Amino acid sequence: MEYLKQLSIFLENKEGRMLNTLEIIEKIGVNIRALSLADTSEFGLLRLIVTEPMKVKEELEKNNYIVKITDVIAVAMDDQPGGLTKILRIIDEENINLEYLYAFVEQQKYDAIVILRLEDMEKGAEKLEKSDAKIIAPEEIYSI
Amino acid sequence: MMWDEKIECMSLEDMKELQLKRLQDVVKTAFDEVPYYHKRYTEEGIFPEDIQTLEDIEKLPFTTKTDLRASYPFGLFAVPQKEIIEIHTSSGTTGKPTVSGYTKEDLDTWGEIIARGFTMMGIDENDIIQNTHGYGLFTGGFGVHYGGQKIGATVVPISTGQTLRQIELMKDFKSTMLIFTPSYGLHIAEELKEQNIKPSDLNLKAIGFGSESWTEEMRQQIENKFNTPAYNIYGLTEVMGPGVAMECSEQNGLHLNEDHFYPEIIDPNTMKQLPENTSGELVLTTLTRVGMPLIRFRTRDITKIHHETCGCGRTLVKMDKITGRSDDMLKIKGVSVFPSQIEKALLSVDGVEPHYQIILTRPGVLDQIEVKVEASPNLVFDNVKELVGTRDKIAQAIHDEIGLRVNVNLVEPKTIDRVDSGKAVRVIDKRNE
Repeated sequence: MEYLKQLSIFLENKEGRMLNTLEIIEKIGVNIRALSLADTSEFGLLRLIVTEPMKVKEELEKNNYIVKITDVIAVAMDDQPGGLTKILRIIDEENINLEYLYAFVEQQKYDAIVILRLEDMEKGAEKLEKSDAKIIAPEEIYSI
Repeated sequence: MMWDEKIECMSLEDMKELQLKRLQDVVKTAFDEVPYYHKRYTEEGIFPEDIQTLEDIEKLPFTTKTDLRASYPFGLFAVPQKEIIEIHTSSGTTGKPTVSGYTKEDLDTWGEIIARGFTMMGIDENDIIQNTHGYGLFTGGFGVHYGGQKIGATVVPISTGQTLRQIELMKDFKSTMLIFTPSYGLHIAEELKEQNIKPSDLNLKAIGFGSESWTEEMRQQIENKFNTPAYNIYGLTEVMGPGVAMECSEQNGLHLNEDHFYPEIIDPNTMKQLPENTSGELVLTTLTRVGMPLIRFRTRDITKIHHETCGCGRTLVKMDKITGRSDDMLKIKGVSVFPSQIEKALLSVDGVEPHYQIILTRPGVLDQIEVKVEASPNLVFDNVKELVGTRDKIAQAIHDEIGLRVNVNLVEPKTIDRVDSGKAVRVIDKRNE
């Protein structure tokens, strides 16, 4: 299975860093599909799903950022109570650890989408594929 | 074999007697002939006749590189300029260079001390010394040259560079000794490998290296690549040049030519003398220098000295490898810390590069140390937990190295201040702000 490419960017937790980063992406005209931030009081990680991950990685690295590409899975969910738990139950049944997730609401094709990073990506993907969950292909996310 | 057995194996008692006599002479000459010393000593109310014992040297003020610069160019010469037959200078990267002037006797002494060292390394008149130190204002080239000629060896004054030529001559002349800086030596070694030349194709039996800081690992590398023992040569332009101290066949420290240079080890904070076998800053007094006597010159080099009969039979005081510079030494919570220790700790953690800055503060009465480390693309991270883990590993490695708890903070690449020269600012001390 082809995974969705997420960018993980190391950021210091200080004024203006987020804006600077997003401005660089703005300048090259790439759209951000989803975003999440994990931080401590001193530093953090900005996770992004963008329409052109490699282009953004290159541009950020030119500006001295450290950028990693991580595989994640995008799954469609119902935008109603229980929509997310339904998906999490599938991976929980197999005792697959969830590293992190973030979700966003979509207005065109799907109700809402959750981005999942699992400890065992292969096993998780297999299980999700077999279930009635709808995995969204990377191209689809990039082109929404 | 010894070059000057009488001096090199002299009893401590006789050495002290010789040193005291020479110290009294040099202080008197400096006071009488050099306006700088005359003024300094008069101001401090200390006079040549106050030097009755070697311990009395502590009454004399120190001389620093700044004093030398203030006397630029010839202000510290003790003889008329016509008696100076050669001049060398330091590189002058941090301001005006410091000038060193030599009379005929001084050049002779210089040759003597290096002759002693070469003899320690088993080199004699039958040897061919290929000297890759630069010939010029830098003292390395000429010092080695005079010493090599003194023992009657054949000196090849090739200077640094032209590595292919170096290798060609090394083979054709069958050079038996190489003199180089560690970094240039490693460069030659790479070229040898490139050309598929093995150490056994060469005739080397000794390597003399110096003029740069080095680690024991570097020496190992050099010895392995050339399959030849490598000996350390220590010196500094201001007091003479290379040869102030040189390593013998034991390879566990250098014999300092204490009949020409009187060594003291001081605590760079209190400026008081430290006992033998205690690490501190090396201070040197030239005992025989005619052209430019230097009294209590602060070398800023950190080492320790000790008297013992060496395995090679010599009694000349032993000096350890230089471990750092006192300019860099920090006193934190009473503990001496060198930035190089932080660097070493960082290098021990996977994926961490030694781009760091130490920030010292004193919020209350206690010193606090923050070490900022630039995150590197080699770090493995996908979640904050991993980043925190790396940060904690760094803090532990630093604690293991210096014995103090520090706050480590990961910062973005290229955010640590660099001065115009491109060198990072390693220490910011805000404790007295």
